[in-house]
Formats: sequence, C-alpha cells, structure tokens
Amino acid sequence: MLSKASKVLPNFAKGTLTMSSTRDGFGKGIVELGTKDKNIVALCADLSESTRLDDFKKNFPDRFFELGVAEQNMAAIAAGLGLSGKIPFIASYATFSPGRNYEQIRTTIAYGKSNVKIIGSHAGVSVGPDGATHQATEDIAIMRVMPGITVVVPADAEEARKATLALGSLKGPAYLRLTREKSPVFTSESSPFKIGHAEIIWEGESPSVALVACGPVVFEALLAAKDLEKEGISVIVVNCHTIKPLDEVTLLKVFKKCGALVTIEEHQRAGGLGGALAELTARFYPIPIESLGLPDRFGESGPPSDLLALFGLSSPHIISATHSVLKRKK
Amino acid sequence: MNLLTEKKEQELTEIAATLRYEAIKMVVDAGSGHVAGPLGMADIFAALYFFILQHDPKHPEWADRDRLVLSNGHICPIQYATLAYAGYFPKKELMTLRRFGSRLQGHPHRGALPGIETTSGPLGSGLSQACGIALAGHLDKKRYHTYVVTSDGEHDCGNHWEAVMFAGKYRLHNLTLIVDRNNIQIDGMTEDVMPLEPLAKKYESFNWHVIECDGHNIRSFVEAVAEARAIYERPTVIIAHTIPGKGVDFMEYDFRWHSRPFKKDEAIKALAELRTLKGRITSEHQ
Repeated sequence: MLSKASKVLPNFAKGTLTMSSTRDGFGKGIVELGTKDKNIVALCADLSESTRLDDFKKNFPDRFFELGVAEQNMAAIAAGLGLSGKIPFIASYATFSPGRNYEQIRTTIAYGKSNVKIIGSHAGVSVGPDGATHQATEDIAIMRVMPGITVVVPADAEEARKATLALGSLKGPAYLRLTREKSPVFTSESSPFKIGHAEIIWEGESPSVALVACGPVVFEALLAAKDLEKEGISVIVVNCHTIKPLDEVTLLKVFKKCGALVTIEEHQRAGGLGGALAELTARFYPIPIESLGLPDRFGESGPPSDLLALFGLSSPHIISATHSVLKRKK
Repeated sequence: MNLLTEKKEQELTEIAATLRYEAIKMVVDAGSGHVAGPLGMADIFAALYFFILQHDPKHPEWADRDRLVLSNGHICPIQYATLAYAGYFPKKELMTLRRFGSRLQGHPHRGALPGIETTSGPLGSGLSQACGIALAGHLDKKRYHTYVVTSDGEHDCGNHWEAVMFAGKYRLHNLTLIVDRNNIQIDGMTEDVMPLEPLAKKYESFNWHVIECDGHNIRSFVEAVAEARAIYERPTVIIAHTIPGKGVDFMEYDFRWHSRPFKKDEAIKALAELRTLKGRITSEHQ
C-alpha cells in the first residue's frame, strides 16, 4: 500500500525527516541559479534576510538590488529589467508583493510579458506571531486569475529549491509562494518535480477519496492518508504544487478513480487551490468536495501549529473531512 | 548628438505640426482618447524621434537602440503618429486607433506595435520600468540611453517617487526623465488637485540634475538633452514647460480638454487651425 509513497518519497517512507522552510529552499536555489546564469538578478524591499536572499547578496553583490520598502517600484523596475534580457527575482512578503503591488504586476509584468519571478514569502497562517497583517491568505487567488502567470506552491524546502531552479529556465512571469516556518522535508532530490505536473505521492488500493494539497500542508495530507489506511479507507494524495497551469489530465484521472475530493491549503477557501479544483470538477467531472482553508476570515497571532489546528488544516481535520466527503458520495 | 542646424530646426517644427494634425484626426476618428497632452508634446516627440534618439525603425528590437519609455500612456496618439512618420509601421494604420483588431491599443502595449518599449496607461510606474531598462544597460555595459516621458499629474503617485529615489541611489546617469509640465490633469489644474511645486527643488533634493526648458522651443529642448547626456554622476530630469492643447486656440491651457471628446464642428475648427498654423499660412484644402 505504501509502494507509491516509498518510491517517490523515500525519506517519508523511512521516517527520517529533517526540518527546513520553503524560504530556505529558495535561498539555496537562487544561489545555484545565480552561479549558472549571469542574467539572474535579485531585488529586495528591505527583507533580504527573511526572504533568504542574503546568500545571493553575498555571492553576487553586483546583481543584488536593495530598493527599500518600495514593493511597487520593485515590481516595475523588475519589469524593465526583464524586458532587457535579465531574469529578475523579486522577493518580499506575499502580503506586500503581490499584495501591495498588484497593479504594477498586472500592467508591467503580466500584461507587459516581462520575465519576472515574484517570490512571496511568509504566506499562510503558519507565519505565526506576526499576525494577520503578515499572513498572506489571498495571494494564490489574486495571482492565479492574472493572465499568463505561472503559480507554484512548493511543499517543502527541497521542492522550493527545485522550483526556484525550474522558474529560472521558464520563460515568462511566475509567482512562487513560500512559507516562513520550518516544516518536514519529505521530498528528496530524486522525487519528481516538474512545473505543471500534479505529483501523485501516495496511492492506496481502490482509493475512494482524493486528498489534493499544496504547500507544507501536503505533509499533513500524507499523515492523514497513513491513518486513514489503518481505518481501511484508501486514498490518493496529490501534491499539486503548480496551481497554474493546472495539470488537468492527471487530476481528472484521479477524480474519476476516487469520486470524491478533499482540498487542503493555507489560504482562503475561496479562489485558491480549492477554487481551481472546484472549477475543474464543475466543468468536466462533478464530484463531492470538501475544501479546507480559511473560511472568509483573516488569520491571527499564535504558534503556527495552534493556528493550523484552529483553521482545520492538520491531519485530524483532513481525516474528518474525508469522512464527511465519503458520506456525501452516496 | 549632431549640431541642430536652423534648417533641421525648421524641419522638426514642421514635422511637429503634421504630428499634431494626425493626432487630432486619429482621436476624432476613434471617437475617444486624449488630445491636450498629445498636442502639447508634439514638438518634443518630433525632436526625439527625428533628431535625438539612436534608433532604427526597420529594426525596432536593435539591442543598442536608445529606449523611449512613455509613462503617461494616455498621450499615445502622439507617439503612434510619430512612430508611423518615422517608419515603424504604415501611416494608414493610424486611423485604426482604439478599433477592434487594431495594433494601436487605447493605451500602449509592448508587443502590440513595433517601437513601443513598455506597457503603460496606469500612471506612476513608467519611471520604474525605465530604471530597470537603464540598470540592465549598465549591467551589460551597453551604451544606449533610456529616456522616459511622464506627465506632471502622475507625480501624485507614490510609486513615481520610489523610482526617483532609486535612480538617485544608483546614479543612473544613462537615464533622462522628461516631465510634461503642462499643469493640467483630469480633475483640474495640478496645483489645485495636488500641488507639485516646488517641483525642481524636489528633484534636486533627491540627488537629480535638474534642467527646465520651454517644451515648444525645439532648440531649448535639444540643448537640455545635450546637457543631460553630459552629466555622468546622476540622472537628469528635464522639466519641459508645455501648453496643453498647443496649436489650437480654444484648447490651449484648458484642462477640460485633457480627455474630452470632440464635437464635429470643434474638430473641423481645430484641424483648420493646425492646417493654417493659426491663420499664418493658407491651406490648400480650405
């Protein structure tokens, strides 16, 4: 039963997991990229340490630009750099970028077709003590409705590193969503990752529910799958790291196999991964859905684990959502 | 930059008059669009595209071309007319402005039309984009110069001042900002809507080199650009004092013409004025 997971997630199968954050993975990835390609430049709005750009800054001081607290300027300057052959990565907290500079991103990066990568760190409620002002929970929605922008939400530090490298060679604007808190690194260098692919990371025999998640809560979905298996409920877990373009082929195959869906994300229930999948099923294959996320409210201060529990994003909540959706299947 | 001969100066003045005429025809034909700004910037656009810029209309993506970024995209009729007369695309396309299927979008879009460097319309971020383009030129050790045209009204935007600070910090001397100081914006006079003065002192305090000039005196503008190109420590702003609606008596200085459409008789009157250079010459089409 564990065969799929053990093949693609050897560390998870062995139970040997280190802890790291997706922003740390980005920090490693951007240095690797900078070494390979001299057109990579990084821009920051007074948050270089917490967006993990400090190593890049140290290694490539001529290609790092500090803009101060000016996210609108950062987006539009990056647009100009992108139009001139550079590959700019702009990093801030997601509440500020793409939060504060939405229009500049829309006009100068997305509509202007500039090759800019927008790095939104500190997304989700797992930001913790800083509270709702610094917890982006609407960013997937606002980025995924913008024409032409690729949206990627890595599930752990290793995947964030790979995603950063992949975005460096992807032509066109993209949004990469990162988190502050350390979380289990359950993927490894050999785990599959390709932008635009939904990765099936757990597949039970005759599965009856699909658990589709993005970001570090994918790990919670895996824990839930393990416990559900003990109860005799078989599921498929999909790591849907690319919200746009959505891997419709893989997802529809999974939906047809399972006939019910639970979506999990550190984001508003509206407009994010759950929204994208609801649109997909409604168009092609309607099935019962339970969406886990924030119920049209803001986050608050507190320890990340308490906040994830408050908003029903940890494995026990995924298990009860699975039970609910199974009841609705009949 | 070459020496501006009297003959060339006269030629540029004539080109500017033609561009004004085309801009009004385009907006009248489209049934909407902005006119005061395009008329006010005609002399500067003629000077830029027919004398100052190093560019090649047959190779609009030539890597070493000077860049002209239009931040206040709503005055695009004058840029479109200039590009067509410079040879970027056929003049007959000018009359498709704002129409379905046209490359001449209501506000300029990079990629839609040759010669358009950025996408603009939403105000306040053109200088930022130009900073990015100038910075890339600096990184690649390219010799191209980046010019950016902004309105005065868009100085209300915070984003613009963020870029002013940035250009000052990174001493972008390969960047020249041209401010269309025509004192009007949609809701009225700039000093009533949101006072900008002392504008020159503001730029000085942000570590910019500041030049003021008469935006309708082509020689004065060309000299200002030559001075800007000679400054190697910091970016330069040329505050070009212009008359909105320049060339048409009943439009000059009147903020209501910022974006107001023409009535038929007004259009005929305006075109007649431009054709006869305010009655100074006789038009053969009268």
